[in-house]
Amino acid sequence: MANAFSRAVNGVQEWFNERAPSFGPFYRKHMTEYYAPKNFNIWYIFGVLAIVVLVNQIVTGIFLTMHFKPSAAEAFNSVEYIMRDVEWGWLIRYMHSTGASAFFVVVYIHMFRGIMYGSYKKPRELVWVLGMLIYLVLMAEAFLGYVLPWGQMSFWGAKVIISLFGAIPYIGGALTEWIMGDYLPSDATLNRFFALHVIALPLVLLLLVVLHIFALHEVGSNNPDGVEIKKGPKGNRWSDKAPADGIPFHPYFTVKDTFYTGFFLIICSFILFFEPTAGGWFLEHDNFIEANRLVTPEHIKPVWYYTPFYAMLRVVPDKLFGVIVMFGAILVLFFLPWLDRGKVKSWRYRGTGFRIALFVLGVCFVWLGKIGAGPGTDPVETIIGRILTALYFGFFAFLPAYTGLGWEKTKPVPERVTTHD
Amino acid sequence: MANDGVDKGRRRFLTATTAVVGGAGIAMAAVPFIRSWEPSAQAKTAGAPVEADISKLEAGQMVIYEWRGQPVWIIRRTRAQLDALAGLDSQLRDPKSSNTDQQPAFAQNEYRSLKPDVLVLVGLCTHLGCAPKLHAELKPEPFDADWKGGFFCPCHKSRFDMAGRVYSGVPAPTNLVVPPYRFIDDNHIVIGVSEGVA
Amino acid sequence: MQYTRHSIAGIVLGLALVAAPAALAAGGGALQPANASLSDRGSLQSGAKLFFNYCSGCHSLSLMRYSRIAEDLGLSEQEVMDNLNFTTAKFGERIPPSMDPEDGKRWFGAAPPDLSLMARARGTDYIFTYLKSFYLDSTRPLGWNNTLFPNASMPNALWELQGLQTAVFAPGQGGADPVFEKFELHQEGRLSAREFDHAARDIANFLQYAAEPAVFQRMSVGVWVLLFLSVFTLLAWLLKQEYWKDVH
Repeated sequence: MANAFSRAVNGVQEWFNERAPSFGPFYRKHMTEYYAPKNFNIWYIFGVLAIVVLVNQIVTGIFLTMHFKPSAAEAFNSVEYIMRDVEWGWLIRYMHSTGASAFFVVVYIHMFRGIMYGSYKKPRELVWVLGMLIYLVLMAEAFLGYVLPWGQMSFWGAKVIISLFGAIPYIGGALTEWIMGDYLPSDATLNRFFALHVIALPLVLLLLVVLHIFALHEVGSNNPDGVEIKKGPKGNRWSDKAPADGIPFHPYFTVKDTFYTGFFLIICSFILFFEPTAGGWFLEHDNFIEANRLVTPEHIKPVWYYTPFYAMLRVVPDKLFGVIVMFGAILVLFFLPWLDRGKVKSWRYRGTGFRIALFVLGVCFVWLGKIGAGPGTDPVETIIGRILTALYFGFFAFLPAYTGLGWEKTKPVPERVTTHD
Repeated sequence: MANDGVDKGRRRFLTATTAVVGGAGIAMAAVPFIRSWEPSAQAKTAGAPVEADISKLEAGQMVIYEWRGQPVWIIRRTRAQLDALAGLDSQLRDPKSSNTDQQPAFAQNEYRSLKPDVLVLVGLCTHLGCAPKLHAELKPEPFDADWKGGFFCPCHKSRFDMAGRVYSGVPAPTNLVVPPYRFIDDNHIVIGVSEGVA
Repeated sequence: MQYTRHSIAGIVLGLALVAAPAALAAGGGALQPANASLSDRGSLQSGAKLFFNYCSGCHSLSLMRYSRIAEDLGLSEQEVMDNLNFTTAKFGERIPPSMDPEDGKRWFGAAPPDLSLMARARGTDYIFTYLKSFYLDSTRPLGWNNTLFPNASMPNALWELQGLQTAVFAPGQGGADPVFEKFELHQEGRLSAREFDHAARDIANFLQYAAEPAVFQRMSVGVWVLLFLSVFTLLAWLLKQEYWKDVH
């Protein structure tokens, strides 16, 4: 019985290999013979988790689209229809809303890991740039998605963000009208945002994610010590030609990632089933009120994952300059591989100045987030926000000087990763 | 160094167990998505049973109600129509209503109804869904010189008797559908639920 | 490495500070805690009865169905249709408004809002405090004002139960607005102060449920999901340990 079965399976494999001979090698190249550093720690799980969340968003998103009505007249009620009348609709909706916030938690930690370990440095600059493009598209995707329920925050958030484009000289007014398809966010806006959110940006996102992973696999993964395992000794217990400090991605990291995914799902499930609104952080209070263009909410604020940038926008007194600063804060990240001229990758072996600067960057980001989430009326807080914004950009100005002028005192980098046999 | 004494059995067992539990998890996770396709509370309410008042319905008359988007006919049959039913068996495709898909158990009788005089039918031809017309009078018709009352579908000329049974030799394959229904009292019918069903 | 731990701690601390929800309402004064519990079915049923008797005359609950209330609150169809349904809507249908919004606008200045999601938009503490904060004010068209929502168009729908109370204000310092001090009960209602507190709490509780009828199912499914995931994660961990023996 077993023999017949395995013979049948082999037969199918042979049939397949005759017709698609590169599929097998492709699988081996990216799974069983992709040698990843053996010293991966927990910071390395977040890329995989990002894929898990992406799949969740797509599947739950598809099912939401089956019931959601993308018109200004029906959108809000259709979301409540999903929450109340559709069998298990509430679960699908919460999976999507919790997933959206989880996506940004994962992505921010994933990016921070990259900065900690110098994963953006040569030869991985392309991986970093593709990742930054993913981040930009993801922010757009999340913004578009948040408009769809057509609550007060959907409408007024859309109004504020779209009006930022109005700050562009000469073309600003016409541009905002073109984006909205109307003189204010309306049915036309909602419908086109629906199309962009449901198919256009997801396709772009998928393409970028595939390119991101391919670009990574071309050069191999970095690791917490920043040691290039491909430049080290060759030969491990699975292959004579593979890096000594590498282990096959499959089964070792597939199995480890499965465990971490389980743990991650426990955390997300706890939020989803017991605190889905997360006290107003994941599903904002004002968005449970249908959009009303005649009533402005007391505090218009974006969802938490935009708040650091929103704070920067608000603390800059001039509208156009504020927009430039806000987008600049994201754009400057693109240039990190070229701003950081240091050769040492991991902060484990970098100068104390870098560690302090990175810590300050993290504190600025979180604190600015807190400021962006507040009303923004406190003048003291505004001054603090300006200082924090300056410090944020300071990190990127500090780096080329610190690393280019030889101020950084690095520690000796080991030849082999620090958990080798 | 790596341990070469790998316990393959334990490894296989753990892999299989985790795969089975994981697979069960995925199957359980799929349930809400599949079930989200079931009729929503909105659809169920729109498709809820409909109450019909037949207090003013006279013999030979028909009234039409809508249930689940379908026309439902309620006809009070005359004595003459009822008497003519028995003699038609030889001309019918399914005189004994043997096809149980077309009516609830209580309607599998000579009159295809709970009470002889009141006939309840879904008013859609079983051929391609047109609305047959009621030809109540027992008089010769262009399509049948010996017409004993019933329904004639103008689309493809199918014919049904006054119990909704289909004649042989017409395109329609089955008797007209009797929906589930029950009497609340002599003058009120609920279409959509059968006796004994909540 | 200690730096990893330090930065994680910093991030977590920052997030924790940021996550503290705002308890202060916009208009006047802090919110009183409703202490409403969704697991108190009696409170929910009482709240439903109070809502339909005192609130549904003006406020719609148009996203809820009568049948859903029956199902979730353990009431029979008969009980719901007899005690809660004062409209022509059928059991499975949504709860229609009793007042035409256009009329509401004309009579009150603003149409009484639908309350289906009010508890999720403002919170149960807000609703609870609001219901308790009405006071007689002859300067207002309907004779009522509210300390939580100054110059609200709504009269005190529960005055029969609460009684009639006025508000005592202390003069404001240096030209500022008068400051609210306390309420004074001038005429007793049918309920004692404590009973009225419970009534207001029950209404807020019912509205909390009405804003998310799936809450009960959500929490009970959640327990099973977490249990299953714990088992699965444990198995996955054992599997990982087994395979990683190769590496160590």
